[in-house]
Amino acid sequence: MSERRSRVFLERQSYRRRRLIDTIRVLPIIGALLWAVPLLWPSGEANSVATSDAIIFIFVVWTILVVTGAILSRVLSRGSDENDELDT
Amino acid sequence: MATLNMLVAVCLVYVIFLFLIAFAAERAAIQGRGGWLRSPVVYTLSLSIYCTAWTFYGAVGYAARSGLEYLTIYIGPSLVMIGWWWVLRKLVRIGRSQRVTSIADLISSRYGKSNLLAVGVTVLAVVGTTPYIALQLQSVTVSFSVFSDAYEAGLTRDNHESNALLVAAGLALFTIVFGTRNLDVNERHHGVVMAIAVEAVVKLFALTAVGVFVVWGLAGGVSDIFTRIDTSEIGSWEMRGDRWAGLIFLSAAAFLCLPRMFQVMVVENENEGHLRMASWAFPLYLMVMSLFVVPIAVVGLDLMPAGSNPDFFVLTVPLATGNDGLAMLSFIGGFSSATSMVIVAALALSTMVSNHIVMPIWLNVTGGGAVVSGDVRNVVLLSRRISIGAVVTLGYLYYRLSGGGTALASIGLISFTGVAQFLPVLIGGVFWRGATRQGAFAGLTVGFLIWAYSLLLPSFGASMLSADLMANGPFGIGWLRPQAFFGIEGMDPLVHAILWSISLNTLAFYAASLMGFPSPLERLQGAQFVNVYEHSSTPRGWSGNLAQSEDLMIMAQRILGAREAQSLFEREARGQGMAGVLPEPSPEFLQQLERALAGSVGAATAHAMISQTAGGASVSVEDLMAVADETAQMMEHSSQLETKSEELARTARQLRQANDKLTQISEQKDAFLSQVSHELRTPMTSIRAFSEILRDSEMLTAAERGRYCSIIHDEAIRLTRLLDDLLDLSVLENGQVSLNTQTGQLADVLDQALAAALTGSGDAKLQVMRSREAEKLSLTTDLDRLSQVFINLIGNAQKYCDAEHPELKISVAHREGNVLIDFTDNGSGISKEDQAVIFEKFSRAGVQRVSGAGLGLAICREIMTRLGGSVSYLPGQGGAAFRVVMPEELAVAAQ
Repeated sequence: MSERRSRVFLERQSYRRRRLIDTIRVLPIIGALLWAVPLLWPSGEANSVATSDAIIFIFVVWTILVVTGAILSRVLSRGSDENDELDT
Repeated sequence: MATLNMLVAVCLVYVIFLFLIAFAAERAAIQGRGGWLRSPVVYTLSLSIYCTAWTFYGAVGYAARSGLEYLTIYIGPSLVMIGWWWVLRKLVRIGRSQRVTSIADLISSRYGKSNLLAVGVTVLAVVGTTPYIALQLQSVTVSFSVFSDAYEAGLTRDNHESNALLVAAGLALFTIVFGTRNLDVNERHHGVVMAIAVEAVVKLFALTAVGVFVVWGLAGGVSDIFTRIDTSEIGSWEMRGDRWAGLIFLSAAAFLCLPRMFQVMVVENENEGHLRMASWAFPLYLMVMSLFVVPIAVVGLDLMPAGSNPDFFVLTVPLATGNDGLAMLSFIGGFSSATSMVIVAALALSTMVSNHIVMPIWLNVTGGGAVVSGDVRNVVLLSRRISIGAVVTLGYLYYRLSGGGTALASIGLISFTGVAQFLPVLIGGVFWRGATRQGAFAGLTVGFLIWAYSLLLPSFGASMLSADLMANGPFGIGWLRPQAFFGIEGMDPLVHAILWSISLNTLAFYAASLMGFPSPLERLQGAQFVNVYEHSSTPRGWSGNLAQSEDLMIMAQRILGAREAQSLFEREARGQGMAGVLPEPSPEFLQQLERALAGSVGAATAHAMISQTAGGASVSVEDLMAVADETAQMMEHSSQLETKSEELARTARQLRQANDKLTQISEQKDAFLSQVSHELRTPMTSIRAFSEILRDSEMLTAAERGRYCSIIHDEAIRLTRLLDDLLDLSVLENGQVSLNTQTGQLADVLDQALAAALTGSGDAKLQVMRSREAEKLSLTTDLDRLSQVFINLIGNAQKYCDAEHPELKISVAHREGNVLIDFTDNGSGISKEDQAVIFEKFSRAGVQRVSGAGLGLAICREIMTRLGGSVSYLPGQGGAAFRVVMPEELAVAAQ
């Protein structure tokens, strides 16, 4: 990132907002990791995972991501829209 | 009983319905009642053009063939949306602040508004999208034929093709009507967006309806359907890990890079805040869309005879079970998926083709600029419309030529891989300031060549690349086999192509960027893009001295339309505080105008047009250099000024100090003069008075006369002494004194001084204590003057010491190469205030009880300074103490 005049310490509200944004940022990473789990499942005839279980796993991950994303964006929109650009 | 005619009627009604919705939305927007058009819900729904007929029909077929692999196509975009804060937010901000009209515009704009790059991206986008449009046309015609097979088996292939043509023509018409109503893309296509939002609801509803019917109508609910799934052909997880990961990546990349997705996501975005809702609502939409795919596939596999096409289970399952209404709904769902995709893709591509290919050519051919006669606005609109027609026609031709067979089915992922080649250039341009135009060219070229060679051409079969080449590589070089680079066989061809095209693309982009050096405009734009949050402002690039406002007005009217142009100019003029319609062609105004024009004709063309109208006054490298030079000169000049003014300030300060000093000296002089006059006047007054008495009174006794005469005499002596002192002081101060250097003993000098000072003091009240041993010093200096100092100090002690038994102690010491001679009496000493002034002229400590002009110590000080030593008051010795300091070399201790 470039040099920008940033304060070292923030007020509680801005601090919370930054951490909220951190959560929003980490959400896709969590999603990608969870959806990468099927890579580890055994494949082939012997003891492979049942499709119904796979469907449940994948859609549960999906639901978690959607619900979390919805809650986070709701909380985010409640805060001020200022300082969005200070993504530090 | 549904018939084919009824199907056609439903289709027509549906299309009319779409036209009405789009028309109503346009009207509402024009009348300013369009608030609801700009809701985040509409934005989210408009993103659903990602789900084309390929996903509506094809997903079920995909699932029937390869199990859950179809989910990758939805998981990738879900991750991109969930991770909106990383990339999408920045893309949307850039799109809004730079008035980007398409992905080609964004890339060309980032890399120095290079039109060549825009042309390249446009061509590649057309190549990548045309098969996809063909796929949509195919799905519509095949779904027609599915119905016709069910009812009136006997429609010929010609019918299908005429259907396809009809559909293509209808879509082109819709796109032309609602896509080119207004020219400025940034005014956004409310009609189109609204229509595709409605279509999003229709297709979701249709697929969900079929899904619900399958799960609860044909199967026995959720648990039953799970059992059916597990016992079906696709009942266990048989996924190749490389395809799972590779396809998730590919769909995520394509989601960002597909021209139609870019159109709805960035260009049509009304408000950055809409992304917040879309970030979770669109993944939700995708989740629901993919929820019923596997159940439909499994039930279809159970229900339908072996060998039937699983791609159309969504239609055939309801038809086979006699639910014609549901089949009709499903047909409409598929139809709307196809139409919305074609509409937006045609819109996005036509914008790119028109802005980056047709308009530059037209401007070149007609001699360029807006100065030529003719309405550019109409030309732009016409080129847009022709481009839309051309794009749809291209899709239709592709469909006809490819024969509409199964070759098309695989084209979806091939097309995805093609457009995903934009990803390195796009992401690199947005996050890395070091990305250059050469890098972009290199990356795109390498990426597309590898894509074409390893994926596109092999997909056409032996007609394009011979079987020999596929098996042994070109010229027998095994390392270059299209699907086994570096001789490594056995990779999935698609994953192989994704891996090598994207990685080598990125590598070429990166390496060429590192090696090249970007032009100033590129660097300017790079900073604007990468640091878009810090300054969502515009780059300053125009100097408008040569631009004529009137010419600009003429040009703007042609492109934006008379009303918009006039209101823009008027607003600007008002902003500049000018009366009338024409504003000054200030750089800011030109910048804004360029942005406005860029919305219609693309950044590169707008830049070219303004530069032509502004008389070539656009900022070239040389101009930038000149400006930089000028700035440097001005900075130097101002720093010189600063230095000068500092110097002046310093001089002024010095002058002020000198003035203060002079004033002080002048005051001192005045004080001195008045003191002198006062001191002279007192004895003169008494002399005059007594001499008058002597002159005028005759009856004076001899004793009286003698007394008066002696008073006169005393006063005259006092006067003389005063004048002597003054003269002495003045001589000393002016440095005119000539020293009479002699050599003698300190003790002798002190003896002399004591004798002189104490003469006439009667019974020698003052007790003097000396240490003869220490006084054995040989001095080489003006002994008379030194003696004068001693006399003065001893005299002072005699005069001022107020002790009952006055004592004076004279001590001699050596310190740091100096001889110290202290004269300390046992009186009450001198008060602190007086200590500061006793060496000043006419200052007398304490009350005026003793005669004397107060010049003694001043003279002492002057003398000691002349002799190279000093005299000072020594506080804290119990009484008044003065210290005379003589440098040692003048004093040599007697052997």
